[in-house]
Amino acid sequence: MDAILLQFLNGLDKGGAYALIALGLTLIFGTLGVVNFAHGALFMIGAFCAVAFHRLLTVSKVVKDESITFFDAYKEVPYLTAWFGDFGQTLIDYAVPLSILLAIPIMLLLGLAIERGLIRHFYGRSHADQILVTFGLAIVLQEIIKAWFGANPIPAPAPAAFAGSANVGAWLGLGGGVSYPWWRLVYFLFSLAVIGLVFAFLKYTTFGMVVRAGMRDRETVGLLGINIQKRFTIVFAIAVIVAGLAGAMYAPILSPHYHMGMEFLVLSFVVVVVGGMGSLEGAVLAGFLLGILQSFAAMNQVKALIPGIDQVIIYLVAIVVLLVRPRGLMGRAGVMES
Amino acid sequence: MKLARPLTPAQKDWLLVAGFALAVLTMPVWMRPFGAAYPDLLQRFVIYAIFAVGFNILFGLTGYLSFGHAAFLGAGSYTAVWCFKLLSMNVIPAVLFGVLVAALFAAAIGYVSLRRSGIYFAILTLAFAEMSYNLAYSVLTPITNGETGLQLRRADPRVLDTWISGPTDYIPSTNLFGIDMTGFNGFYFCAVMLILAFYLALRITRSPFGTMLRAIRSNQNRLKYTGVHTRPYALAAFVISGAYAGLAGSLLAVTDPLAGAERMQWTASGEVVLMTILGGVGTLLGPILGAVVIKYFENIFSAFNTQTLHGVFDFLPDGVENGVVSIASLFVGEGWHLTLGLMFMLVVIFVPGGIMEGLRRLGHWLRSAAARVQGGEARGMQAGEARGPALAARHGRARRHRGAPARLHDLKR
Repeated sequence: MDAILLQFLNGLDKGGAYALIALGLTLIFGTLGVVNFAHGALFMIGAFCAVAFHRLLTVSKVVKDESITFFDAYKEVPYLTAWFGDFGQTLIDYAVPLSILLAIPIMLLLGLAIERGLIRHFYGRSHADQILVTFGLAIVLQEIIKAWFGANPIPAPAPAAFAGSANVGAWLGLGGGVSYPWWRLVYFLFSLAVIGLVFAFLKYTTFGMVVRAGMRDRETVGLLGINIQKRFTIVFAIAVIVAGLAGAMYAPILSPHYHMGMEFLVLSFVVVVVGGMGSLEGAVLAGFLLGILQSFAAMNQVKALIPGIDQVIIYLVAIVVLLVRPRGLMGRAGVMES
Repeated sequence: MKLARPLTPAQKDWLLVAGFALAVLTMPVWMRPFGAAYPDLLQRFVIYAIFAVGFNILFGLTGYLSFGHAAFLGAGSYTAVWCFKLLSMNVIPAVLFGVLVAALFAAAIGYVSLRRSGIYFAILTLAFAEMSYNLAYSVLTPITNGETGLQLRRADPRVLDTWISGPTDYIPSTNLFGIDMTGFNGFYFCAVMLILAFYLALRITRSPFGTMLRAIRSNQNRLKYTGVHTRPYALAAFVISGAYAGLAGSLLAVTDPLAGAERMQWTASGEVVLMTILGGVGTLLGPILGAVVIKYFENIFSAFNTQTLHGVFDFLPDGVENGVVSIASLFVGEGWHLTLGLMFMLVVIFVPGGIMEGLRRLGHWLRSAAARVQGGEARGMQAGEARGPALAARHGRARRHRGAPARLHDLKR
């Protein structure tokens, strides 16, 4: 029982990341009709926002180390600590969650630039062209990050307060057997919050209502005198921000490296396909579902039964879903079914 | 210059194949000025050209974009190495089995994936390839030897070789009935394979079967309404292109008998897509040009370092030189992939038809320029005639661009 609960929990944080990326992919596909192969790279850039922010906060000056008296010793002290003392130290400790403040404007600008500068010219081109150009974009983004930060993973620690494990088992009255890293729990809640925000934005604001109407029937909305294109550009930027936030907060779980985006991209596509192309709820549901499924497949008992299942389970599910129910779990009939 | 009698299409094709064969076989000569006339690189040119030609049979003719073709390349490589290990160091069985296994693998994957088209097909093939890649690293380690890669050993049985010439206490090199497949021999073997592959691709393109594949690309629904069951045709194209990939994979093993899972990674699949579109999708020579250009630049660019760059930009004043070098160094050596990605985007954005399209546009431009010069002198009918097709082509293109946004709606259904 404990083991099952543990695997269930383990799936949640990864599922959260899948759900956030898949949500963005679906938003972009639903509004602009574009398949964005660069979305994984945007997730990766989000993660590097956390790294960059951490570096920014820890810009240091060299001061004399007073604790060593035998000889002149020097140590590096971050300016923040030098200026603000303990408060500066706390700021540095919370670099990852605070990096959201950096990630949002950066991803917003990036999203607008990509949509206005590149994607816009590909509305009328075939899906193959869209895939190819965003694939090229993904390579370019990835290589720029590699040139800047190097090819090795760069750890970005979670705040000390969340470093340990939460005793989830005790909360649920199952004894102390189940402990779960705090930060993963935070990530899960964070992903829920972001998903909730996006849905609320689409559901309860006039802007969101227009966007939803545009997703249904772009032409009619356009005929009503609404500049739907402008709103879709903003939706693209929102999807990019969501991917960036997902990446920034994921940094303590998986040390960012320039290649991480593609791994997540392939899986997120699978998630979108399983959830149903164009269905936001489906993307979220399938994200968590596949995350949990993957973590169950990684259990030793399961692996003993079917060796290698943990490597392929997601792809297998996708293949079965595509063949049996091509519209996906919650897809509307007729959307991209062929 | 005017020929006495215009050539028939069949004669033109023979001329094309003969010219192509000549160009490929003399590569060691005319590649010398480019600094690429060494066997290792030439082999790579030729092998990846085969891969791209095969990929083009699927993507260029039927329009199905596969993102998982590297899986077949990998399968061909593994099979060939196993063949070397178990049967014989002769390359013929290795190539035959490599092609066969890759084709069977492609048949299995194609049977499933071709039930969907468009992006779903791309994602399905990508999923299958990633699955194969992951399996090759984990469960299939007994077959693939995991991260180390599959290598030859002295203790390998090599049944046929032992039976014919007795056991050896060293690892023999791959050979074609006694001719070593190292260096230029290996290149010529691969070159002959490429010529055969090219000839086959030409015949497929010109055949009724090829016409059917192009029909699938242009309007699958109409074909279905007229009562044609399209899937067997698409599957046949998929299997053929898988077999080409298997041939390329087994030739990789012939020239260097080891196989690693990284050959199956999605980046390798992406590379062949890039080769094809860079050269020109759906053209016969395009994919080959694309493969050679990419492998050539990969070789040149990734060998550059800041020192060579300083050498290149020596003529600039010092401050400018350092600036230029620091920017240029992003694109060479380790950063070669950045160049590749940029090239990818630029080609898709500006010349969707690739190099072949670029050449054709250049040809049109030159011809119309020549006609203009002539027209300036004589103002004869000739100029109008010569300019006609170029203008028509330009108009056609413009119309296509303007008509495009209307299609978005259809695409989304």
